[in-house]
Amino acid sequence: MNVSLLQHLAMNIEETASIILFGIGFTILLLHPNLVKKIMGMNIMDTATYLFLAAKGYITGRAVPIVVDGVQDVEAYINPVPSGLVLTGIVVSVSTTALMLALVVRLYERYHSLDLDEILILAKEEEEQI
Amino acid sequence: MSRKRDNYDTSRWKRFKSWLDGETDLLEHGMEAHEAVMRSQDPVVMPVHGEGKEILKAKEIWRFKRFYKVMSVLLCLGVILVLLWTVASLPITGDAANPDNNEVVARYIERGLQETGAVNIVTGMILDYRAFDTFGESCVLFIGSCCVLLLLRLDGNSKHEELEKLVAETNDRHYEPKDDIILQKCSCVLVPVILIFGIYIVLNGHLSPGGGFSGGAVLGSGLILYQNAFGYERMGKLFTEKVYKRTTLCALTFYCLAKSYSFFTGANHLESGIPLGTPGAILSSGLILPLNICVGLVVACTMYTFYTLFRKGGM
Amino acid sequence: MSFVQNFPFFSIILAMFSGIVSSVLSGKKARNLTLAMIVVTTALSAGTLAFCLRTEESYTYMMGHFPAPWGNEIRAGVLECVTAVLFGVVMFLSVVGGLTHTAEDVEESKLNLFYIMIDLMLSSLLALVYTNDLFTAYVFVEINTIAGCGLIMIRQKGRSLSAAIRYMVMSQLGSGLFLIGLSLLYDVTGHLLMSPAKESVELLVEAGRYKIPLLMIMAVISVGLAIKSGLYPFHYWIPDTYGYATPTGSAVLSGLVSKGYIFLLIKIFYRVLGRENLVGTHMVNVLYLFGVCGMIMGSLHAIGEKDTRRMIAYSSVAQIGYIYMGIGLGTTAGMVASIFHIFAHSATKALLFISAVGLYEVSGDRKDFVSLRGAAFRNPLAGVGFSIGALSMVGFPMLSGFISKLLFATSALGSPEKMMPTLIVLALSTLLNAVYFLRLVITLYSRRRPGDKPLPEQTIVKSSWMLRFAIICFIGLNLVLGMSSQPIVQAITDGLAMFD
Repeated sequence: MNVSLLQHLAMNIEETASIILFGIGFTILLLHPNLVKKIMGMNIMDTATYLFLAAKGYITGRAVPIVVDGVQDVEAYINPVPSGLVLTGIVVSVSTTALMLALVVRLYERYHSLDLDEILILAKEEEEQI
Repeated sequence: MSRKRDNYDTSRWKRFKSWLDGETDLLEHGMEAHEAVMRSQDPVVMPVHGEGKEILKAKEIWRFKRFYKVMSVLLCLGVILVLLWTVASLPITGDAANPDNNEVVARYIERGLQETGAVNIVTGMILDYRAFDTFGESCVLFIGSCCVLLLLRLDGNSKHEELEKLVAETNDRHYEPKDDIILQKCSCVLVPVILIFGIYIVLNGHLSPGGGFSGGAVLGSGLILYQNAFGYERMGKLFTEKVYKRTTLCALTFYCLAKSYSFFTGANHLESGIPLGTPGAILSSGLILPLNICVGLVVACTMYTFYTLFRKGGM
Repeated sequence: MSFVQNFPFFSIILAMFSGIVSSVLSGKKARNLTLAMIVVTTALSAGTLAFCLRTEESYTYMMGHFPAPWGNEIRAGVLECVTAVLFGVVMFLSVVGGLTHTAEDVEESKLNLFYIMIDLMLSSLLALVYTNDLFTAYVFVEINTIAGCGLIMIRQKGRSLSAAIRYMVMSQLGSGLFLIGLSLLYDVTGHLLMSPAKESVELLVEAGRYKIPLLMIMAVISVGLAIKSGLYPFHYWIPDTYGYATPTGSAVLSGLVSKGYIFLLIKIFYRVLGRENLVGTHMVNVLYLFGVCGMIMGSLHAIGEKDTRRMIAYSSVAQIGYIYMGIGLGTTAGMVASIFHIFAHSATKALLFISAVGLYEVSGDRKDFVSLRGAAFRNPLAGVGFSIGALSMVGFPMLSGFISKLLFATSALGSPEKMMPTLIVLALSTLLNAVYFLRLVITLYSRRRPGDKPLPEQTIVKSSWMLRFAIICFIGLNLVLGMSSQPIVQAITDGLAMFD
């Protein structure tokens, strides 16, 4: 592999980590049969995106964007936009997680299983009986 | 003498005709069979003994499961590598010359205090510059809680399913601590502190790190602790579904109306006439403080509602 | 600034506000409020459309006191307004058509929650249509997803729940990809609003910088939204979700939700990433390939399906393939054809789902072919409605589907290297469509046989007037789209020109 590529990745270590987490979460969400683990995968994926955004907003040696002592210089603070996006994103992910967990609770009560494939088969059988 | 065909049952016309009548599947043994294997649920063990067909089928499933695992690892690596290839050519973290540190950020930092009145630039940004996003976000929370309500609320209908749920709930109740003296004494000390801290975070959202969402989550956790220590009956006097609905309705309605007013005046180039106050004082920054309070109320109620709905399907 | 220019903002806020208020209303009041709200928002969109047609230009609307690169913004032009009006009409007719079934399928005490979902669904669709800000688009995509999930699971039957969880999983994958795409875009351009973002993208392309990230942004955003709209290799959730929702839910989900995402994708292509860049990077070819595969495979799946509702759902997979094929042609003509097909498909698919309900009513609520035999004699209007929908899907002249097929074929002539495959696939797909839709129509119009399973006793003989009203209106909408397509195509062309 190209050396400069690796060097660049090492300099972007936060992004590299967040991308690896994103890939892991993505795969769990897509392919893991267990529903609770799917939800965990979803959360890993979302959090990885927030890490990515937070890393993008950071500027070395600057402070959090809260005006202190009336200093209003661009040089003094980090980028506030990604922080705002992360805040919004977190709330969205809380809602979807709650919704999916509620769905899983209902499915477990009905089929006594957390395995999506098994639930699909049971649901199919249940309908054929009617 | 007319020609006679013995194999009418298997002829193409017969198959087409029965498909037209909706009795069979034209593509029989096609994709459906494959799907059945895919969804098969036997445990992943290499079959050692068994007979003829059984062992073949089990082997196939076993192979499929192995294949599935390998595929998922490959997919994971694929996604990671492709995205890493992208990251390798992205701007370097922490560099002040990155493209995202542009005139947008400059205005937020340099004039944010004067234009929004908020000392916390992030709060000023999400509740004033980009307030429409944040309103959408509150609606996400609202619709999320509606969906959970839809799924988990028990409405006392005497359906079989609901009864089953009631039984499950009573079993669950056994694990609940009943009048646990340690928990009660501790929460007597902790709950007021947590609630006051939550209120502090909400009220100082425009002055320090925090705001409606984080403060609301703290308030919600305080309510949950109180409920755990003293039970539903005591909590029911304070917080019922009616209270929840009214609080959410009032907070969101105020939010909606206030922001509509500000969007309308902004777009039509009118003065909004809302004083911004002295930056740094608690009563400052125009609409941001009331909006933070609204959001805090909605979040606190929603958190507590999520908890009670998951716990016992109602309030 | 004219007062009419406020209308898009009013329609979004009104839809949201009625959702919020519905949380304390009873089911019946919430229903009336929702119906009134849909009528008003559609009228507001129509007013904006008239304004845009008169002034012949689009405008942006500040959401707050701060102009473009700093504050949120929405944008209205001819194309946005036409889409908003059509979405409003389809939404209204779907809700009206499924009214009696909604009342049966949903528990009385949870009826108002159903209408909250409808309200917020409409507001998010309008916001997706009008938005000029990428992050607003993300937030409203999420509202749309959750509202869609609510509409699926509201029946609370086993298969609806399992369909809902599948839908959520796939949608969250799509949202995750969309969000990471936005983050990458923000990283290289520094903007979230569409117009300034496009300027920076153009500068970057000219300077030849960040080639790989830009390619990845295009890929990730396209794939994310393609997953959410159910393009072929990601279509596994479609048959379940459309097949087991309430009638209104099926009509709304198939007719509107997936179309909102596709509209957003087209908007991002034109207003952020630039169509020329997409053609230059061959990203469109990937979409073209997926679309073509979807057209064939969706139809093949539909042929093998026994449950008629799932069959209609699989046909959606094929039709979404058409839309992506048009986008994948990479020409303006292809894009016009795609957008027209979005309209034609929303009107037709909703008609099919709603009139199918009329047929199930007279067949003891069974959905297989044998039970439906002769259903068109038992409910003539629904039979006619279904036949017209089916013929429109197949591409019968005078109906909307014919016009979109014609537009696809003529636009294929404009791109030489993709002409032959497009024409061949169009012909093949039309043939396959005809096979499974005409099969169902023949079944509907054949007499019951002596050996058939007897139908249950208490079949509803006459459907409610609301269902009949909806079917008649949908037939009218189809005929309007099919017979006076010229002004609509003209409006789409003008609107696309305003996008640049």
